[in-house]
Amino acid sequence: MTQVNRLQGGQIDRSQSLSFTFDGKRMTGHPGDTLASALLANGVRLMGRSFKYHRPRGVLTAGSEEPNAIVELREGARQEPNTRATTAELFDGLVARSQNRLGSLRFDLLAVNDRLSNFLTAGFYYKTFMWPAAFWEKIYEPIIRKAAGLGSLSLQDDPDVYDKGFLHCDLLIIGAGPSGLAAALTAGRAGADVILCDEDFRIGGRLNSETFAIGDASGADWAAATLAELSSLPNVRVMARTTVIGAFDHGIYGAVERTGDHLLAPKPGKPRQVLWRIYSKQALLAAGATERPIAFENNDRPGIMLASAMRSYANRFATTAGARSVIFTNNDDGHRTAADLRAKGAQVAAVVDVRDNAPHSDDFEVIKGAQVINSAGRLGLRSVTVRAADGTIRRINCEALGVSGGWNPNVHLTCHMRGRPQWDNALAAFVPGGDLPPGMQVIGAAQGDLSTAGALRSGAQAAAQALDLQTSPIDLPQAEDAPVNVTPFWYVQGASRAWLDQQNDVTVKDVKLSHQEGFRSVEHLKRYTTLGMATDQGKTSNMGGLAIMAELAGKSIPEVGTTIFRPPYTPTAIGVLAGRHRGKHFHPTRLTPSHHWAKEQGAVFVEVGNWLRAQWFPQPGETHWRQSVDREVLATRQSVGVCDVTTLGKIDVQGTDAAAFLNKVYCNGFAKLPVGKTRYGLMLREDGIAMDDGTAARLAEDHFVVTTTTANALGVYRHMEFVHQCLCPDMDVQMISTTEAWAQYAVAGPNARKLLQKIVDPAFDISNEGFPFMACGNITVCGGLRARLFRISFSGELAYEIAVPSMYGDALIRRLMDAGKEYDVTPYGTEALGVMRIEKGHAAGNELNGTTTALNLGMGRMVSTTKDSIGSVLSARSGLNQSDALNLVGLIPVNHADAVPAGAHLMNADGPVNAQHDQGYVTSAAFSPNLGHAIGLALVKNGAARMGETLRLVSPLTGVETRVTIASAHFIDPKGDRLRA
Amino acid sequence: MRYSGFRVIKEALTGHKGWTPAWREPEPKPAYDVIIIGGGGHGLATAYYLAKEFGQKNIAVIEKGWIGGGNVGRNTTIIRSNYLLDGNEPFYEFSLKLWEGLEQDFNYNAMVSQRGILNLFHSDAQRDAFIRRGNAMILNGADADLLSTEQIKARYPFLNTDDARFPIKGGLAQHRGGTVRHDAVAWGYARGADQHGVDIIQNCEVTGFKIENGKCLGVETTKGFIGAGKVACAVAGSSSRLMSHAGMRLPMESHVLQAFVSEGLKPVLPGVITFGAGHFYVSQSDKGGLVFGGDIDGYNSYAQRGNLPVVEDVCEGGMAIFPAFGRARLLRMWGGIMDMSMDGSPIIDKTHIDGLLFNGGWCYGGFKATPASGFCYAHLIARDAPHPHASAYRFDRFEKGLMIDEKGMGNQPNLH
Amino acid sequence: MLINHPLLGPRDAAEFTYLGDASLIDRPDWQAPDAAQAFVEYGYMRDNPAGWHRELWFHEAGDRSWLVVTRNTLTHEISNVELARDVARARGRSK
Repeated sequence: MTQVNRLQGGQIDRSQSLSFTFDGKRMTGHPGDTLASALLANGVRLMGRSFKYHRPRGVLTAGSEEPNAIVELREGARQEPNTRATTAELFDGLVARSQNRLGSLRFDLLAVNDRLSNFLTAGFYYKTFMWPAAFWEKIYEPIIRKAAGLGSLSLQDDPDVYDKGFLHCDLLIIGAGPSGLAAALTAGRAGADVILCDEDFRIGGRLNSETFAIGDASGADWAAATLAELSSLPNVRVMARTTVIGAFDHGIYGAVERTGDHLLAPKPGKPRQVLWRIYSKQALLAAGATERPIAFENNDRPGIMLASAMRSYANRFATTAGARSVIFTNNDDGHRTAADLRAKGAQVAAVVDVRDNAPHSDDFEVIKGAQVINSAGRLGLRSVTVRAADGTIRRINCEALGVSGGWNPNVHLTCHMRGRPQWDNALAAFVPGGDLPPGMQVIGAAQGDLSTAGALRSGAQAAAQALDLQTSPIDLPQAEDAPVNVTPFWYVQGASRAWLDQQNDVTVKDVKLSHQEGFRSVEHLKRYTTLGMATDQGKTSNMGGLAIMAELAGKSIPEVGTTIFRPPYTPTAIGVLAGRHRGKHFHPTRLTPSHHWAKEQGAVFVEVGNWLRAQWFPQPGETHWRQSVDREVLATRQSVGVCDVTTLGKIDVQGTDAAAFLNKVYCNGFAKLPVGKTRYGLMLREDGIAMDDGTAARLAEDHFVVTTTTANALGVYRHMEFVHQCLCPDMDVQMISTTEAWAQYAVAGPNARKLLQKIVDPAFDISNEGFPFMACGNITVCGGLRARLFRISFSGELAYEIAVPSMYGDALIRRLMDAGKEYDVTPYGTEALGVMRIEKGHAAGNELNGTTTALNLGMGRMVSTTKDSIGSVLSARSGLNQSDALNLVGLIPVNHADAVPAGAHLMNADGPVNAQHDQGYVTSAAFSPNLGHAIGLALVKNGAARMGETLRLVSPLTGVETRVTIASAHFIDPKGDRLRA
Repeated sequence: MRYSGFRVIKEALTGHKGWTPAWREPEPKPAYDVIIIGGGGHGLATAYYLAKEFGQKNIAVIEKGWIGGGNVGRNTTIIRSNYLLDGNEPFYEFSLKLWEGLEQDFNYNAMVSQRGILNLFHSDAQRDAFIRRGNAMILNGADADLLSTEQIKARYPFLNTDDARFPIKGGLAQHRGGTVRHDAVAWGYARGADQHGVDIIQNCEVTGFKIENGKCLGVETTKGFIGAGKVACAVAGSSSRLMSHAGMRLPMESHVLQAFVSEGLKPVLPGVITFGAGHFYVSQSDKGGLVFGGDIDGYNSYAQRGNLPVVEDVCEGGMAIFPAFGRARLLRMWGGIMDMSMDGSPIIDKTHIDGLLFNGGWCYGGFKATPASGFCYAHLIARDAPHPHASAYRFDRFEKGLMIDEKGMGNQPNLH
Repeated sequence: MLINHPLLGPRDAAEFTYLGDASLIDRPDWQAPDAAQAFVEYGYMRDNPAGWHRELWFHEAGDRSWLVVTRNTLTHEISNVELARDVARARGRSK
């Protein structure tokens, strides 16, 4: 296919040809083309189908506001639905397909919807499909869902990478048209740190699409020269292909730079897109303006586009939608398009101007006081019908119609912080209101300065003002300074199937119906008709709908108001908002000091928060995890086991008031804990519910080491700092989290002491007398390495926890394993740890679930009433101390072969099974290899008084029902002889 | 006017001339038996049930903006009853049952779609907690189903199970959960209430209460004083602002929750799915947009907009489980004001002022509660006693220590 | 958002963790006769203003200061940032 509609000139590089396909058909274009301009050049007007009626559609615009020409771009895993052909930069090998069709683009079977349009009016679905009720999910909805949607995802993992970055500047300029460039030049020459962003791949904005001169040069040449100067300034960063998607609090803007979308694939190792968070002291919004269409019957055919888009295609992209064009306008700007087309050698059949006083032209016919009232052409425009001022009807053959209904300033970003635009009567458009995001000024066409000279002027002035410059460092060149001359004209009277929202198929008729049915607020209009909710976010459609609603309601447009513009400015890939945080990198992975050693042992790891912990250590011949875990438990209880407990939170607390402080944060007493002793502590939230438990070891009069659970390490530290800084700021206490600073191992079992004695330096007496249960101290190991030793036990065995600086963690585990060979020392993982703590009846995360009190956990008497501690007052509330409060108990299956599954509920043995008769639930469960049957921990109503009672255990979700007996939670060594051995 | 397929066809053939406004636009009367403040989902549902089920006449709903403009018009449309605690589960199950018959009841297609909701879990402890929850649901008469990873993969084959940071170990499904066309809920209740004679008064802001001798006699509004036998508030995120006019402080904070929708896509997601190791949940609307959300921004706000970090956090969660979504585009984001209560559960109760009632504290979960909230609130208004399913939603539960804390996060609203 | 830390200058809000109303500094006297009721008020009731709000933020990824930030909940504008310990002392808290 040849480029039949290619005009002369333009900013395309004819020295290179780029090959691409659309719906399988191969064509060529040039660097500088968009997919849309290349398609037009190749004579393709039909590019898509509309959402609801599947009407044939071509380009409406030449920019990011495009509602119609949206395609599936690329193939395979890179398939990208709903891509605007008008912004997709052409590259060699580009593959695009039309979308939302059943059959081919030319013969879309769902175009039958267009014939049924009278039945498918706004909101019709709210009034039907209700009977029978079950048919909705089974019949109606699947049909609707299949017909709806636009493009398709490939459902393969996105193969590209995305990056995130942070930028800081004195002045962020959003848009590199005339006003943005003038502002950047002003600020850049003054030495300010400037970031200039533009969504286009070519800097210059409308200057690239217009034929005006700036000074002695063409607008495009001036833009190129200005870009060259800005690029030479080290303090200016020019970012093309970068869309500022949103304005956020305190001068922070989000911007997406498309670094790889103009390539066949991103360069190896480079991202497809980058999300920049830009921190700016001041911002200038130079986002330009968007031309708006005029609604008339059948105004949506391929070949009908905005007049400014026609100008862009002719001047910048050297193409046109057809040999013969008509212009329909309500303002002087439309005449420019006709003049530019003529200058390019294209044929202009007529300019239809709604104004009786429209300007005259010698070059083309101007039909004054006239309107285009209809169009014809099944898959592309063939003719338009014009009603002249005297009422006569005329048909004009044409392949292209440019429509110009005036310009809407792009105020979107001014509204992202809930600012409201205000109505400007002269422009017949909304302009930025007074409540801009702090630090933002608006310049150029975005502010309503629609002339080139006005844009340059406002840009230079605003930059100078933002930077507080006394004299402007730039001389403004001469430029076009034409006043705006527009007569508001929104739709042709009598038009019915006249499109407002072309993508969502919202017509004038739908707005009228919305009004008729009482959906009159703009938000109701939007939601009832879906006006403005398409991928173009209403950029070309909202104003028309508002104007018609205003007319119907007998109000002015500003009285009707607008809907709220929300980020993002243009649709933004979910991938770039996630950046590198996907797959294994979704969250950071924290490894313990013994991780590499454990990996060498073949450990199976488990995620515990962000930590990876060894879950068990399979040995040769073990085929089921239970074999490994049972072996680890038995070996520990019979001889000695070692477990990495580094992940437990560690908080170092120092100061003369350290004891008093701990006395405040723990519900039990700490004031009198002797030096060299450790105590179990329970922390309550201020609401009296258990927050966390752990130990506090007093290493010196003014020095404690507090441990927390793994999950709550951060929260407990934060809480302790709150108590100190906000509640008792004068306490002499300092604390710091040292979780990662120390590698810590539990050494448990009857031979634990013997093992430790082999590595603890002889100067330290760790005999039962010298270092009894709950002792703690600073020691050295392995010939002088500083270490901390705590005689505490989670397993119920004679046990210690030994800590060394993290860098020695790997060496210590290897030394312990080596030294322990004679005792068959066994490494154990979190599963065995869990089994042993359940056997011992220790509460853990499953019991400390944020709703349990000390009373529930069997520690009610620990809550001191003789001191002020966090949570003690509210823990006394009646509802937390009822006679049938839950108590932590043990469970034993009546039939020892049965399991005791966690999450099961408990019912009275012979009572009903329902929620009203719930007696409690199983919090933790395990198979006890020591007892030879399953055991469980449970929270049971008044459970402490129900020892020996049989309950019915039910788990209807998993189909389990069995009987269990309430027992003490201390299944192993209830008297604690082993820990004191 | 009754809506039906027949009526749609008839109107299509006769130029759509017969459609009438879905609700009237009355001027307020001098006084009503009951004034409901707040024309959102809960307020409109309350009016509807008061008139239809409890035989009350002479009711007004007063709305400061346009009806359905609060959280019922800006949520992620999910319905479910997968709650754990006794105070909650019967209420939400009652709500789900009302959803199931709602469209036929109020003659409006709100597109109640029981496409199922699935909560993924990623650890043994999470599985245990979900089993406990699923059992609680079943014991309360709701449905729950524990799915294996393989069953989940069959339904969502493009779910990331190969390269996941947190492996998917299964999921708790409620097949009766799903989605509803949110705006249509407000409109359906409004139209139904209007047909039962309720005056819906839009663009009328309450500026104060008239309280004498401990009794509320009516409301001061931008359209003048309106007398009332009872005044029932249902203004969600604006609760603290409104009740301060009655001198009340509430156990809640207002926070911003952002939500997101992608461009329209051909169907990829059959149901609602929630990621258990990050802040992300998603469903796909009938129009094709991926409707998704995550956590609240976390600071007190009435701004109805949020900030980038949470946008990124939510999209990270999305990409973690659905790496194919990277090439879908986020079309629009928005923020609503959440009435985050101190234990994460709502309040439907009388206040200490005679004739002044309160409904609020729905956190980010009020949409699914709309029918039951309306019904139970209407019960309280009409019968002067709490509905059995809402009997735990009392003001005094904090004083008594009877919190209903599903997540176990305590008295910090932004953690619920 | 940016929080202008009184010691460290402007910092991204991502470095901080939010708690809530700065009235949490005013913890009641546990021995007062009305302590039970006072703690319920302290723990659960909030002004929750639409406008200026004094609130507690923790510089978790920073110097671990608790800050009292005066921020407008309608606009998110921040007018003042203080060290919570200074505020607490000024409100009579000591040990």
